[in-house]
Amino acid sequence: MSEERASARQGEPDRTILSVRNLGISFGMYQKGLKRTFLPVIRSLCLDVRAGEILAVIGSSGSGKSLLAHAILGILPGNAAVSGEIRYRGETLTKRRRERYRGTEIMLIPQSPDYLDPLMRVGKQVVGTHGDKAKLREAFARYGLAPETERMYPFKLSGGMARRVLISTALVGDPKLIIADEPTPGLSAELAKGTFAHFREMADNGVAVLLITHDVDLALGFSDRIAALYAGTTMEIAPTSDFRAGKNALRHPYSKAFIDALPQNGFRPIAGAQPYAGDLPEGCLFAGRCPERTDECAGAAPIRRLRGGEVRCIHAT
Amino acid sequence: MRGTRLAASPGGVMRKIILPAGIAARMFLLLIAVSILSFILITESPIDPLTSYVGAESTLSEAAKDEIAAHWGLNDPAPERYLKWAGNLLRGDFGVSITYKRPVIDIIRERFSYSVVLMMIAWALSGVLGFAMGICAGLRRGGVFDKAVKTFCLVLQSAPTFWLGLLALSFFSVTLGWFPIGMAAPIGKPAVDVTFADRAYHLILPVLTLTVASIGKITLYTRQKLIEMMDGNFILFARARGETTGQLTRRHLIRNIALPAVTVQFASFSELFGGMALAETVFSYPGIGTATTAAALNGDVPLLLGIALFSALFVFAGNLIANILYGVLDPGLKAGGDYV
Repeated sequence: MSEERASARQGEPDRTILSVRNLGISFGMYQKGLKRTFLPVIRSLCLDVRAGEILAVIGSSGSGKSLLAHAILGILPGNAAVSGEIRYRGETLTKRRRERYRGTEIMLIPQSPDYLDPLMRVGKQVVGTHGDKAKLREAFARYGLAPETERMYPFKLSGGMARRVLISTALVGDPKLIIADEPTPGLSAELAKGTFAHFREMADNGVAVLLITHDVDLALGFSDRIAALYAGTTMEIAPTSDFRAGKNALRHPYSKAFIDALPQNGFRPIAGAQPYAGDLPEGCLFAGRCPERTDECAGAAPIRRLRGGEVRCIHAT
Repeated sequence: MRGTRLAASPGGVMRKIILPAGIAARMFLLLIAVSILSFILITESPIDPLTSYVGAESTLSEAAKDEIAAHWGLNDPAPERYLKWAGNLLRGDFGVSITYKRPVIDIIRERFSYSVVLMMIAWALSGVLGFAMGICAGLRRGGVFDKAVKTFCLVLQSAPTFWLGLLALSFFSVTLGWFPIGMAAPIGKPAVDVTFADRAYHLILPVLTLTVASIGKITLYTRQKLIEMMDGNFILFARARGETTGQLTRRHLIRNIALPAVTVQFASFSELFGGMALAETVFSYPGIGTATTAAALNGDVPLLLGIALFSALFVFAGNLIANILYGVLDPGLKAGGDYV
């Protein structure tokens, strides 16, 4: 389904809703007394999401997926320093624009139930300061949450209910961009699938969905494009069809290895571990584990367009 | 759902009986422990009840003194004396105060009525003001107001209450002459003529002193909690959903912080009690604090022991209320029911 839409979009004007260019996030830390050092957790991260598509962001834990979401919404902790550019509908997302759009057009679906205020009833909380009650009822009905749920406190929700409540929070406004940060853990396979199907439906209605997920199978099934993150940067962004087609259709050794490591492809892991943010190598961040490494990999590895996708590897063909 | 099921089952009925019974048992155990401990402390102290009673320069003969000692049972072993005293307590007989020559229970009742007014006003004021100050400071963390509040509180935390009291006295009463220098009513005015305004006027400085002395803790606590909570997930999420700082404060922060803050404020009853004793002494306010000082200075054993027991009861009540309120304010705990 996604291929047709992707090709149909070729001739259209720019439908990019969110564009992240060279995003860098580092955390200031005090080491030994008053010496302040910055730990770069995300660097040169690039991606964009268009209206009507789901961009799935995959990558191992610690690759900076949640921080990306928090950076877009401007809710990083105070000791975080952000560089690079985030544009929303063609405009740089300044502090003021962020305040205007979050909760009305840009919606976050957080990753765990402790993102709910434990002392506020669910209904009041989901409506929030910008939502409306009718949309809440509609969303609850859609997710099989009984009307009584509105009167409950978060501690009474089961894990699955809490998830559905969190997803409902995105529907009380008029979303143009949904950033879902691991929305499915704790849901039954049925419900997880239903959730992704619902994201699909929202995307088909013109919403841009940035879906950060660990559930590669569902991402493969429901997204239009996939961005593979490693050590805080984008290694490859490619149409989902390429990921489905297997490693030969992909561009970067990391995404190839990622596909190989999936259960259905024989669970073949590669040696080594993701480098620690405080100890990043020069040049390509994946070089340490890459089977195709050469001496040139120690140099800069800019992201470049290749075969309808983007890749950060000088050897990719 | 869980709560209703419990209340409807026989277990719920049992709980309704067992819970208060458990509280009463705990209170009783506490009082026994406090009474034993204070009794041991008193018997081990250099106070000689007989000397306190007859006076150091008494002309009483040794034989007469021995007779009184024998009559009072002062030569009996300590456990026996304790049991006798405890038995009298159970019958409501707290003994007679040496200082005031009146039954201890009457003095405590009378003095408490003065102290409770002072303590409750200072407690409520320091709680409300401290909470508000803590919220404002925490919201503008690192700002001028925050720094000022922090310094102010740290200085107050380390300043002794009696010193604050003396400072207030010398400035407001002596230098400015705005307030009386002590007591609970104008000196020389017959008790029947003392008006409410007189009482209030005499309360202002002691209340101010005690409020200022106990405001530091709650302010710093509230500020710290707020700062911790600002980085918490549900605040992040609310912010990500477009809530402004004002909305965050009203909708989430105040309620979530009020819960632990109320507990801290009730649990600080013990410190309030200590501060009150000192403040009352400085202002010659006729409450339980001045009675304690007088009892201690005069070696008034019955009164000291009586006050010790009542203070324990008072602090116990503070902690109990804190626990109950915790259940009322936190829906999660209320449903669980095991908060007391």
